[in-house]
Amino acid sequence: MTAHDPQQAARSNAPTTTYLYDAYDTAFVRERVAEFRAQVARRLEGAMTEDEFRPFRLMNGLYLQLHAYMLRVAIPYGTLTARQMRRLADIADKWDKGYGHFTTRQNLQYNWPRLVDVPDILEALADVEMHAIQTSGNCIRNVTADHFAGVAIDELEDPRPTAEFLRQWSSLHAEFSFLPRKFKIAVTGATHDRAAIKAHDIGLRIHRDDKGEPGYEVIVGGGLGRSPFIGKTLREFLPREDLLAYLEAILRVYNRFGRRDNKYKARIKILVHETGIEAIRAQVEAEFGAMDRAPFKHDGVEFARIAGFFAPPPYESLPEESPALEEAKRANAAFNAFAEVNVLAHKTPGYAIVTVSLKPIGGVPGDATSAQMRVLADLSEKFGFGELRVSHEQNIILPHVKKDDLFALWRALDAAGLATANAGLLTDIISCPGLDYCALATARSIPIAQAISRRFADFERQRLIGKLGIKISGCINACGHHHIGAIGILGLEKKGQESYQITLGGDPSLAASIGELLGPGVSADQVPDVIEHLVDFYLAERRGEERFIDTWRRLGHARFKDVLRREGEDGADI
Amino acid sequence: MALISDGNFVENDWRHLADEEDLPTAGKIIVSQKRLGEALAALPADRPLGVVVANTTDPAALAPHFSRLALISVAFPSFADGRGFSLARLLRRAGFTGELRASGRLVADQSVHARQCGFDTIEIPTDLAARQDEAQWRAALGAYSEFYQEGYGVRSSILERRRKATS
Repeated sequence: MTAHDPQQAARSNAPTTTYLYDAYDTAFVRERVAEFRAQVARRLEGAMTEDEFRPFRLMNGLYLQLHAYMLRVAIPYGTLTARQMRRLADIADKWDKGYGHFTTRQNLQYNWPRLVDVPDILEALADVEMHAIQTSGNCIRNVTADHFAGVAIDELEDPRPTAEFLRQWSSLHAEFSFLPRKFKIAVTGATHDRAAIKAHDIGLRIHRDDKGEPGYEVIVGGGLGRSPFIGKTLREFLPREDLLAYLEAILRVYNRFGRRDNKYKARIKILVHETGIEAIRAQVEAEFGAMDRAPFKHDGVEFARIAGFFAPPPYESLPEESPALEEAKRANAAFNAFAEVNVLAHKTPGYAIVTVSLKPIGGVPGDATSAQMRVLADLSEKFGFGELRVSHEQNIILPHVKKDDLFALWRALDAAGLATANAGLLTDIISCPGLDYCALATARSIPIAQAISRRFADFERQRLIGKLGIKISGCINACGHHHIGAIGILGLEKKGQESYQITLGGDPSLAASIGELLGPGVSADQVPDVIEHLVDFYLAERRGEERFIDTWRRLGHARFKDVLRREGEDGADI
Repeated sequence: MALISDGNFVENDWRHLADEEDLPTAGKIIVSQKRLGEALAALPADRPLGVVVANTTDPAALAPHFSRLALISVAFPSFADGRGFSLARLLRRAGFTGELRASGRLVADQSVHARQCGFDTIEIPTDLAARQDEAQWRAALGAYSEFYQEGYGVRSSILERRRKATS
């Protein structure tokens, strides 16, 4: 069961399911820690001003927040080993307050580290082949991917080799470390987009050309924030061997021509919007044609080397059906609910994908205690080849669990308070940290999520409502992805009061859409009422298997606006 | 002003000519972009000539003068404005082989970025050099033994080294 622990897997013939550092990767990350240690010392001695230090601390994941520093650790393409998860728990205990917060971009945030401790924390991460490199700053950020990579039934190709290839290429990129603004890349290799690729600066969708060769649809200029845009296709099919060269061309065009006069207009989405996708395509293709591509001609060899690490674990040969699972579902209603909601089909017969929800009723979305992290590490070893994933929905995934083991796994999760059966349901809320932590926030997010969660605590009711994404951001920067929530909630400040704008119809999938505003903002204590009225209206109007967003699309936005108008006449001030 | 080359503080034998100054009859001078035409016409072909350019300059506009230019200095309006790094790459790609200089308030921690993109020297204001001494610049330049990106810098990349190790 520990074959996937990096130390174990380094032995010959031991299979791996994720990338393992070689001596170059190890040296690079160690040198990065040493560099940052010296930078902290130079900052404290005064050799660097805070302005000079700032981009370098950000490119090592360190923010100055409302109350303290915050360290954002990268979990590249959302993949973690049990050993790495334990190390995250140890760090939370030793240098933070015993917990961490999993974010919408497959990162983990510690909210209370001290500046002087950060080099030691980074060293502790480097010990387990982890880092906080480029999780912030105006550079290419941690590359994210489908959290069901390698196990989803709708997958054409595992996106993680591509993401790892890009992680290395983007690490300390000499030319692209001082971009106009941050730059986020996401990769998917499946029919269903679980990586929100159209909401990224670059989204890559792996597909094949008519000869069967793998390549990428390259989508550019998506993003949320104060000006949300759905990404546009720059290249329908880019051959794999051209990937790095083509991305270099895009980044060069952006670095040279992206706006630097206004940080709110500096993302590539604004350049694409203002210049036009045709003109940007012409510029990128011209640069791609002009550049010396000789340095990239062996990229295929390196890609193959990386891809070799992402082999499937040694699955047992099992029948598709598990009588033990069916029997347990019949015998235990709570387990049955969990199995129906949090367990998904796996591409290998007899196995399943399990989502461990970090959204307990009334809890803080995405938070996990060190004890919970250790439980998850242990359970991943006992039931899932020692591998875990972090989803952009802020949950933890155990990607390969035998169906026969699901009941035992559930009992262990339940004992640790980790068996909330709400994956994809209304209370599986995405939320940014908001005004409780963040210096940018204009309103609280977490208490809103908690209030909605308590209002809809009844799991029978949640299951009746079905799949419904609620996403909450505590400011216009949209870290909670409210624009792409079927129900989005944006917290603003109006005359000293928190005010929440509600949008409907956002969609993070390949059918991506930005939510439409429902009406004037409402106060914090009204938010659960508004959500409830909207949901009740949906339940009354839905046909057959329609999801909330389907009903909204069919009936139109105006009908939903009417709901609130009527409620307002009944006396509620909304 | 202080000049850094390969991690060392070195003598600067180039002089920035102010726009209101007459062209001198001797010495190595760096002129602004707007006086480049005048300097090219007035100075003999064997007089070392440099030009300081904005980071928004089109490299194609400078390319016809490469053979006559011994130095191009790319101005960084802020150390956080990375356009100069792309311009350096483009000037090298267009065939400029003279001294490529980054000028502005670059910090020691950017020495590797500058070198990998093709800069030979970095010119910084004196107050910054007083705070970030030669030891810091030298240490920063040696912070990393290898880099991932192919086609940057003169040493082979990590990817090339891996290939050589397996072939």
